Amino acid sequence: MNTLIEYLYIISVVLFIVGLKRLSSPDTARNGNLIAAAGMALGILASLIAPIETGANNYAWIAGAMVVGGGIGLVAARRVKMTKMPEMVSLFNGLGGACAMLISIVEFYNLPEGANLASPEVLTTIFALFIGSISFTGSLVAWGKLDGFLRDNLRLPAPTIVNAILLLGIIGLSAYIMTREQLDFVLVLALLGLSLVYGVTFVTPIGGGDMPVVISLLNSFTGIGAALAGLIYGNNVMIVGGIIVGASGTILTMLMCKAMNRSLINVIIGGFGGGGVASGLSREEIVKEATPTDTAIMLKYASKVIVVPGYGLAVAQAQHAVHELEQKCQAEGVDFKYAIHPVAGRMPGHMNVLLAEADVPYDNLLELEDANKEFPSTDVVLVVGANDVVNPAAKEDPSSPIYGMPILDVELAKNVIVMKRSMSAGYAGIQNQLFFGDKTRMLFGDAKKSINMLKDEVDNV
Amino acid sequence: MDTIINFLAENQAMIFILVLAIFLGTEVISKVPTVLHTPLMSGANAVSGVVVIGAIILIRAAEADDYLVLSLGFLGIALAMINVVGGYAVTGRMLEMFKKKKKED
Repeated sequence: MNTLIEYLYIISVVLFIVGLKRLSSPDTARNGNLIAAAGMALGILASLIAPIETGANNYAWIAGAMVVGGGIGLVAARRVKMTKMPEMVSLFNGLGGACAMLISIVEFYNLPEGANLASPEVLTTIFALFIGSISFTGSLVAWGKLDGFLRDNLRLPAPTIVNAILLLGIIGLSAYIMTREQLDFVLVLALLGLSLVYGVTFVTPIGGGDMPVVISLLNSFTGIGAALAGLIYGNNVMIVGGIIVGASGTILTMLMCKAMNRSLINVIIGGFGGGGVASGLSREEIVKEATPTDTAIMLKYASKVIVVPGYGLAVAQAQHAVHELEQKCQAEGVDFKYAIHPVAGRMPGHMNVLLAEADVPYDNLLELEDANKEFPSTDVVLVVGANDVVNPAAKEDPSSPIYGMPILDVELAKNVIVMKRSMSAGYAGIQNQLFFGDKTRMLFGDAKKSINMLKDEVDNV
Repeated sequence: MDTIINFLAENQAMIFILVLAIFLGTEVISKVPTVLHTPLMSGANAVSGVVVIGAIILIRAAEADDYLVLSLGFLGIALAMINVVGGYAVTGRMLEMFKKKKKED
């Protein structure tokens, strides 16, 4: 029977691997998701029928928990709006971390009297407790910031020092627990408390434009937490499944950092804001405003238009409106494309998901490098709620916090229309010279309303 | 020191698997187009719900009157199941949108 279980686990692992592999190509992705889900179902089934040495099985408790959890998950997944996807992903992620945390608490509670505490098993459990807790509270903070019930620019005093002290405290306490003769459960609870707090203070200073990095990083933490819990039980599905997620989350994190030309350390301890605000503000410069009518005329008689979407598009839920504008322009014979910066929005691939929801074919989405080749021959660029990813300071101003980040070179186009609610600076807290450029005109207002006005005007003129 | 050596000796296979899995994970995920970053992340997120198996093992090994472990295990399974079911369902929903366009082309 045990052999059968082990082989079921192997099949389950293979399904995970094949599933994730297929998730990385558009044509096979749907199928890949189903395969990975089948792997999960098989793994859970195997863990339910595996023979146990002690215990009362408690199937009623398991069934109850599965119905409750599965039900909530299903309803949440069905109801969530596509614009709220980053929130949902970070919330789900935190719950996985919470499970790893709970498992390690119970493992400490179950530790037999007089067990040797200076063992690798105890170390693993401490790690699982630590990573699970960070992933739990960290994800909740990320969720709160994305959802808006926590202020995005929330800062703690001296976060670097607070974090360093907390981390040292956690390491010290762990070492203390392991050198003691008897397990003192109060110390475990103290460790839990410190780890939970660390999760909060770790994520709080990071926000806004750095969210894609944080979400991927937390995702990888949850994977590692699952793998550590797997080590406690010597369970191969949990180890391999968890590690694969940990590795993929790490890769995605690195990709996001690379897209911003910043190191992970810099994202974690740096935060934006504060310094570097000065440049650009000192000069008196004039902003030219555009009217919807002018813009509509420009669009109608353009031969090529590129839209640069940003987080503002998600906030205004303007994805459908943009697609309708796209159809109207295409009917006029305009070549209408979208330029997607890798860190546009608050989650890796955020813009792609939104535009897909609005039925924009993904062939019309240009990645950074391709888009930059197209801008010189573009008549009109519409910047919809994006800011830092089109800020020329990234190329020109070495004192700027985003200096070195590859950006979309929209100023190469013949005309740039920036849709924005106000002149406020972007997340990075720096003024954008693009707004004062010769070719730039600002169209102030809510992105969705502005685009709807453009649609009407394109019909009228 | 002895405990460490013993541990390494006893768990060779597990450590072997762990190391290989790191490389495997890196290989499987590299070179994903931007279009799929979100679904991949939320799919991987669902896979990390595999931690539910740990909670199942734990609750099955508990005595029927050990209510502390039973409640914590219940909570663990429920939370991880939200992660698993929600994760796959949300990924499926996103990918559904990608597919719709494929047909129209």
